[in-house]
Amino acid sequence: MIKEYIENWSGEINTVTIGATLNEGGTRRFSIKVGGEKTLPFLFKENKLPFKPVIAYEVWDIPPSDWPEELIRFYKDVLNDPLAWAEKVVKEYNAELICLKLAGAHPEIGKSPDEIVKLLENILKSLDVPLIIIGCGDDQKDNLILPVCSQITKNQRCLIGEVTQDNYRTLTASVLADGHNIIAQSPIDINIAKQLNILISDMGLPLERIVINPTVGALGYGLEYTYSIMERLRLAGLNGDKVIASPFICFVGQEAWRAKEAKAEDSEFPQWGKASRRGPLWEMITATVLLQAGADILVMRHPEAIRKVKEYIELAYSV
Amino acid sequence: MFIIGELINGMYKEIGKAIKEKNKAIIQDCALKQVKAGADALDLNCGPVAKDPLSDMPWLVETVQQVVDKPLCIDSSKPKVVEAGLKVAKNKTIINSTTADLEKLEVLVDLARRYNAKLIGLTLSSKGVPQNKEQRLELAAQIVAYCSEKDFPIEDLYLDPVVLPVNVAQAQQKDILESIHEFKIISEPPPKTIVGLSNVSQGTKLRKLINRTFMVMAVAFGLDSAILDPLDKELMDAIITAELILNKHIYCDSFLEACKKK
Repeated sequence: MIKEYIENWSGEINTVTIGATLNEGGTRRFSIKVGGEKTLPFLFKENKLPFKPVIAYEVWDIPPSDWPEELIRFYKDVLNDPLAWAEKVVKEYNAELICLKLAGAHPEIGKSPDEIVKLLENILKSLDVPLIIIGCGDDQKDNLILPVCSQITKNQRCLIGEVTQDNYRTLTASVLADGHNIIAQSPIDINIAKQLNILISDMGLPLERIVINPTVGALGYGLEYTYSIMERLRLAGLNGDKVIASPFICFVGQEAWRAKEAKAEDSEFPQWGKASRRGPLWEMITATVLLQAGADILVMRHPEAIRKVKEYIELAYSV
Repeated sequence: MFIIGELINGMYKEIGKAIKEKNKAIIQDCALKQVKAGADALDLNCGPVAKDPLSDMPWLVETVQQVVDKPLCIDSSKPKVVEAGLKVAKNKTIINSTTADLEKLEVLVDLARRYNAKLIGLTLSSKGVPQNKEQRLELAAQIVAYCSEKDFPIEDLYLDPVVLPVNVAQAQQKDILESIHEFKIISEPPPKTIVGLSNVSQGTKLRKLINRTFMVMAVAFGLDSAILDPLDKELMDAIITAELILNKHIYCDSFLEACKKK
């Protein structure tokens, strides 16, 4: 009989805690831990994978303009009310983590910092799940609004992003001062991912407060390349490179619903099958592949896809 | 690369004096400096003229342990002195060293087993220094065979090909480098490899350049560990860069700093 080969990794992935409870100075009902892996995904026999991957529901502060009907139909009643949207995913879909995307802050739309502050205050008051806060993607504007968000949510230990190699100082300083975690984004590039983590930690933010967004592609759109980059980072982390031993956040919904195979309507490609099945499947498959690559946090959109991926995680972790 | 700092050695004037006068501050400062510069472990040697190594060695171990939480490498040719150091060491220790002679192996492998220490095995014997690669491999095989026989874990054994000064043994340098690679094939799991680096430049005028160049070549031959001067920044940077080129670290613009964060 062939002997089972067990790899003895010298390193482990950093554990990042999102959300602070009353005891920890925040007001969240619970906190979520991600990372801590001592082996590759799902190799339970080899070593410990102490925390299950988690799924965050994407919530926008304005109605998204490019979401297809298959997604919109779930959120129709709340699209214009981000607080109601957040409440809906928590109360109706049992979301344990919310990813609030402040798209409305973009200069082309121009929501004011005051409006964002009010929204955040209301969300903090109304809901007690941990929060991820994402800017609008415009560096200048993000450097204006994200420090304000960081301040309003001080001590709630949110996960805030994103910073890049060219724009990390402002947000890192805020996150450091207000007790949050940060998302470090690199363009599917291990060298930049490593460099950015060094730059952030040089400012004094501990490596245990960094989550890497390696940037992902959806099924059919560079998923294999994403996989190989995440795998290489994870292997280096497990081999003892502490600088890049960070958990991963993957924006699955954003990428999967950009694919025409996911968002095309029934009438466009009748031979592809129903959009109501095709779309969520595209998001699900993208998510499960990324779990195999080592994803710790999946940011997703379609409630049915989320339910199925959760089932997949539960099943895998129950053996 | 597992770096063992070589500077706490009674052969150096200031350290020798500090040991004699039991001046903790000088020893501790030297320990801290080496760790800060990237040493993973520290070699402790009372020096060739120590009057009372049996009490000097435990004093050194305790003095260093007060400020540094790293493995220590107890460096003495006298097993009694080694044991005196092992007795008071807190972390897993490295014994420096045994030769391939049976009477040495008997005592030192037994000590290493009893104190759960690692062991450096010099490919030397009472017959003298090996003259080529074949003799080195033969001595290495003798050490590995003895350790296996005594159930000493081979992954805790560090084989040293015995680095000779380039100005007196130029013809041997290539054999020494190749031995580093070939020691690995002796057993499965393979033994670790180590060199006492500064010997290569003994008596030369450009010591640092020779040390650094030999070291980079040794890294390419798969060396695991070295006893060297970690305060030589160019040497330390060259090691990291050599490992980078061998794809042992992921490149980033601040790769030197990234390695130092480990």
